[in-house]
Amino acid sequence: MSWLPGAIKACYFLAALLFILGLKRMSSPRSARGGIVWAGVGMALAVAATFALPGLAHRGLILVALLLGTGAAWWSGRRVAMTAMPQMVALYNGMGGGAAAAIGAAELVAFSGAAVTLLGGGRFTADGVAPGAMQLALAVLGALIGAVSFSGSLVAFAKLQGWLDRRFVFPGQRVVNLLVLALAVALGVLLVAGTLAPGVIAGFFALALLFGLMMTLPIGGADMPVVISLYNAFTGLAVAFEGFVLGNEAMIIAGTVVGAAGTLLTQLMARAMNRSLGNVLFGSFGTATGAAQTIGGAQKPIEANDAAVMMAYAERVVIVPGYGMAVAQAQHKVWEFARLLIERGVKVKFAIHPVAGRMPGHMNVLLAEAGVPYDLIADMDEINAEFPSTDVALVIGANDVVNPLAKTDPASPIYGMPILDVAAAKNVIVVKRGKGTGFAGIENALFYADNARMLYGDGQAVAAELVAALKGIDA
Amino acid sequence: MLDGFLALYVFMLAAFTGYEIIARVPVILHTPLMSGSNFIHGIVLVGAMIALGHAQTPLEIGIGFVGVLLGAGNAAGGYVVTERMLEMFKSSRPGGPEQRR
Repeated sequence: MSWLPGAIKACYFLAALLFILGLKRMSSPRSARGGIVWAGVGMALAVAATFALPGLAHRGLILVALLLGTGAAWWSGRRVAMTAMPQMVALYNGMGGGAAAAIGAAELVAFSGAAVTLLGGGRFTADGVAPGAMQLALAVLGALIGAVSFSGSLVAFAKLQGWLDRRFVFPGQRVVNLLVLALAVALGVLLVAGTLAPGVIAGFFALALLFGLMMTLPIGGADMPVVISLYNAFTGLAVAFEGFVLGNEAMIIAGTVVGAAGTLLTQLMARAMNRSLGNVLFGSFGTATGAAQTIGGAQKPIEANDAAVMMAYAERVVIVPGYGMAVAQAQHKVWEFARLLIERGVKVKFAIHPVAGRMPGHMNVLLAEAGVPYDLIADMDEINAEFPSTDVALVIGANDVVNPLAKTDPASPIYGMPILDVAAAKNVIVVKRGKGTGFAGIENALFYADNARMLYGDGQAVAAELVAALKGIDA
Repeated sequence: MLDGFLALYVFMLAAFTGYEIIARVPVILHTPLMSGSNFIHGIVLVGAMIALGHAQTPLEIGIGFVGVLLGAGNAAGGYVVTERMLEMFKSSRPGGPEQRR
């Protein structure tokens, strides 16, 4: 079977190609659906090829673990609600990081055994030579990054899931974190230098996991998407490094591509929130000093009937949904309302802020779930020019992303964040549960603007009232 | 293991590929794309299979087993979640006459 190794290599090559083409297709809404299928075929191919690898032991165990892991993840992935998508991505990403760390651990343990029992028997290498310093360094580096991604992602998951609702902050935290990282790196260097004692290996992994935990705990829920994206890139990198050690080209290419793509995606997300990555990781949100501007005026309420009439006879209506709408499960009713408006000849668009929802693009997913076609959805740059010619802007469940203070008040913690320029519309209707402040606890000047009217109530109930009122107009 | 410099070239080219693919992506696809790239690093499963397949001591077997379990979770979960998100994206243009006024 001399053709077998070549055939397996060819499968890995095809898998790498399919991953890249799949990712490419995923970057356009028209072909995105096909993209994931292509990548999925690549994955199936790579896994099947690995099974055929000559000299592979424990095939039964591998199959058991494979089926268990696949089954559990498939089951949970099918059942999770669209609003909970970001934390599921964090969870699966953490698993990948954990797997990369496990590969590193298995290698290091094997190397340590090999050093004692069979001299020069690097059992993981295809060519059967002892592990070189480079190989050890990559194994250690991949294990470190993977372990940090693993524990960090689990914390991110727990936070978004609401299991950990407080930020964990103490004085001197940064110094302690840095110390933990320095210790982990020191043990890593020791490992690379050839001190493959079990205690050193265990200590190294414990410290790496601890660092991921401590690095993520102080970060607030609003910043979590950026952190998840960063850990996604981390896992990619860890996979690439372990791929180098195993000499597996598919892992090297897929891991590196994800590492680079994830890094860029992280930057794009951070930029959309007007924060630098360093600020997210080491700064603390909401602790900006300086007196916040006090806002004069009063919030002016409006009834659902009046609001519906106002929009029914408008020419252009822009709906600005926020995460609050998704929490209230109002997106289906809102889309029904929008459809009724469209039937009356009103031009309706949905405007989405880059960080609406829990993750950039999350709101698009939630609207898509309700059946809103993506060509009715406009992003910030596109829609901001249209607000002056918009008759009614309906803000539902969004707060900070439409707050004009981001442009006018340098003391505000969100100062400088690009916002949807809703206040420029002729009329603004804000659907809001009560008079309180938003997710970030910041007062919103929009609610006090002369052209703004407040429609109080639960998102879903209000949307239902609007639908009923609209139907009542012609009846 | 790949020859040192060849490995470095592969690393560099793959990094550029990843960067270029994402560079022109609309915001609406950020979440699915993150999820999709999350699926792709599920290839770690292959490495975990190799690690378990070459394990010799009970400890190595245990670590390898956990690795395959986690890797399979990454790959399967990433696929399901991404697929679910992407299947919802549709345009109003084909077969959406009510929007054509």
